[in-house]
Amino acid sequence: MLPYVFRRLLQAIPILLAVAALIFLLFSVIPGNFATSQIADGRSAIDTEAIARMNTQFGLDDPVPLRFVKYIGNLVTLDLGISFRTRQPVLDSVSERLWPSLKLALAAMFFAVIVGVPLGFLAALKPGSWLDTQSMVVAVSGLSLPQFWLGLLLMYTFALLLGWFPSFGYGDGDPRYLVLPAIALGVAPLALLARTSRAAVLEVMNADFVRTARAKGASEVRVMRWHVARNAMVIVLTTLGLQFGSVIGQAVVVEKLFAWPGLGSLLVDSVSLRDIPVVQGCILLIVLFFLVVNIIVDVLCAMIDPRISYS
Amino acid sequence: MFKKLAFTTALTLAAFAVQAQVQAQAQEPRRGGTIRFTAPYAASFVSNDSHVSNQVQDEIYGYGLHRSLYKWDAANNKPVPELATSVTASADGLVHTFKLRQDALFHNGRKMTADDVIWSLTRIMDSTKSYPGARHVRRIKGAVDVEKGQAKEISGLKKIDDFTIEMTLNEKAEPGFFFFSAITSIYPAKEAQAPDFFNKPIGLGPFKFVEHVPGSRIVLERWDKFYRAGKPYADKVVISPMGEAASRDIAFRNKEVDVSILGPTQYVAYKADANLSKGIIEVAEVFTRNMGMNPNFKPFSDKRVRQAVNHAIDSELIIKRLVRDKAYRATGWLPLSSPAYDKDMKPYDFNPEKAKKLLVEAGYPDGFEFEWTASPNESWGIPIAEAVIPMLAKVGIKVKIKPVEGSALGGIVSKGDFQAYIWSNTSGPDPLTAMKCFHSATPQSACNYAIYKNPAVDKLIDEAGATDDPAKRLELLKKANAAVYDDAPVWFFNYNKAVMAHQPWLHGLQPNATELALQHYEDLWVDASSPAAK
Repeated sequence: MLPYVFRRLLQAIPILLAVAALIFLLFSVIPGNFATSQIADGRSAIDTEAIARMNTQFGLDDPVPLRFVKYIGNLVTLDLGISFRTRQPVLDSVSERLWPSLKLALAAMFFAVIVGVPLGFLAALKPGSWLDTQSMVVAVSGLSLPQFWLGLLLMYTFALLLGWFPSFGYGDGDPRYLVLPAIALGVAPLALLARTSRAAVLEVMNADFVRTARAKGASEVRVMRWHVARNAMVIVLTTLGLQFGSVIGQAVVVEKLFAWPGLGSLLVDSVSLRDIPVVQGCILLIVLFFLVVNIIVDVLCAMIDPRISYS
Repeated sequence: MFKKLAFTTALTLAAFAVQAQVQAQAQEPRRGGTIRFTAPYAASFVSNDSHVSNQVQDEIYGYGLHRSLYKWDAANNKPVPELATSVTASADGLVHTFKLRQDALFHNGRKMTADDVIWSLTRIMDSTKSYPGARHVRRIKGAVDVEKGQAKEISGLKKIDDFTIEMTLNEKAEPGFFFFSAITSIYPAKEAQAPDFFNKPIGLGPFKFVEHVPGSRIVLERWDKFYRAGKPYADKVVISPMGEAASRDIAFRNKEVDVSILGPTQYVAYKADANLSKGIIEVAEVFTRNMGMNPNFKPFSDKRVRQAVNHAIDSELIIKRLVRDKAYRATGWLPLSSPAYDKDMKPYDFNPEKAKKLLVEAGYPDGFEFEWTASPNESWGIPIAEAVIPMLAKVGIKVKIKPVEGSALGGIVSKGDFQAYIWSNTSGPDPLTAMKCFHSATPQSACNYAIYKNPAVDKLIDEAGATDDPAKRLELLKKANAAVYDDAPVWFFNYNKAVMAHQPWLHGLQPNATELALQHYEDLWVDASSPAAK
């Protein structure tokens, strides 16, 4: 297994480099830079000399290929550069936002799994039933609802009307602050997991080995637990991995709405001020998280289903 | 009968007396409690170093933690000495002598001296850092040499003794307008050079730094040795960055925060609400929203065309319907809160016929087409341009919108890469500085965005800068403002009306025309009805 994990990690390196190149090129061609973003609010002017000085300071007046080579060179040594805004290492800025982002992603996925997977399983057990129809309505609604609107609705209902949770903020480890953003972020993966679980269970239930198990006289509990659930879980886990990996990236809207101090809100601020090193750092971290989670999921899948080999 | 009447009268008087006493107590500042402030312009603060950030967002906490040589007196709408007990100017208006306070203590208990002031201002000119405050400090003689790395000390800053400084400016100016914001804060010279200083910065402000949870909050607590006796009133200030207006709205209604800056939509809703409308502060901020017209684009080189544009647009209607009355109609460049605002000036009347006539006179009987660079901003961006398009079409002017991102707009306009743009530009607080943006010697990149050139206006501005008589200066600036208005280098749209909603228990808010979100926290206090009163 370890060689497999090592191989997958090695495969992640070119992906990370490709993403880094893409972000770099994208921010090299779009108009505006850090110096000019400083006057965006019209409060102050900035003369050409100051712009030139700032561009020199941040290396923005170097030719793009040279900047790219420097950037990739630094990246290889795990140097993400210096933030234009804070003049502090990017690694410091992104690492202090990592834990809040992980906390939110974990909570959102926890909510999605404990509600979505059982919902899908139950719906599949009685296809066409009231429960099946209703759960799929929930799933489709969950996938369709814009996070921003859902977040506001949650804030309005559970903070303003009922007063059960605070409407915004991080708190001092108080889990009440986590509930609403986690639900707002978790509803879409919940819906997808419910649909995937239902489809997976239905597919496995019609498989030959399940019919054989029943023919051999295995109890329904045993059939469901050892044959259906275990096999369906491979598909569910794959979906879970994809969702878990991307949920940090999707948290941008939720983090901004709930004033949650994660990577998403840092990313938004950094984009608007053209703090490119921080933008690159945030996106790379999100991509890295996605890759790592999916490697873990692949390993788990192989552990559950021996037919999947590490080769 | 008489006894009964006398008794009733006495009872009524007593009731009035009690009520008056209660009211007096309610107005008496109360010590203690926490002020729960919001910073509405982004999802986070940039840095614990106030010199680093150009963003108002960071000034919001800077006003609590730090002090500069001056502070903005919102009530009188002018800068006043803060860290100096007196400032005297030389006869030529270039040399300013500051007698510094001897009771200003940094949060570690050390007394501020002239060395701290000189070190802080010199730091801002560090050639390797590009600190935003450099644009102000550059006004001191020799500061540019430090910025260029040609000198280590600012020649125009001299320490006379521990509590006296002499500041020589490059040209006659009121230094208060340049040294009141947090980007020119005075730091403790020795302590600020420690590598971990900005993990827990200290300053001279009324509140000490407690913690900064990036993206979540900055917490400050009362500095008991603040130099203003009895202040600050509150024990703590918690400032939460909340860039999303809808979230602020819910948090405010849920009584989780004490203030919220309102956008146009919320302004209408809050005004219509019987309770919320009681806690609203409005102020005409020093920003003029405008459409700059590039004279290098042939039609806009003609004054009559520019005037026609001003006549063709129904600004009142747009302000009422789109901006929801959260703005004041512009009647010149200098806004209502400017000391040189001319209340007798009248706005361009909405008169499409007159506009057409002017276009004919200018040689454009069939109109023309131009490209309008605009950002998505709801108050001075694409939504406004879209409302203007049909109005201009009625007089034959066709418009093609060129959408750009907000952070790119400044760069495009500074380079002159536009035919027209719409923006919100600072037009104060110093009227002289604001009008200098229309001086032909001011480069386009340094705020003369519409490349305005009028020798008569140059002369008026030069005379205003040279005179020692403040009243005469204002009169000259009023004349310059009127001349610019007549030349119409821009479409004069509106002055921003900043609106802040506050909870009934928060008192002492100041109508700060430079930026309403910037409050001197030492003057704020919460009464016993605040959920955070203890």
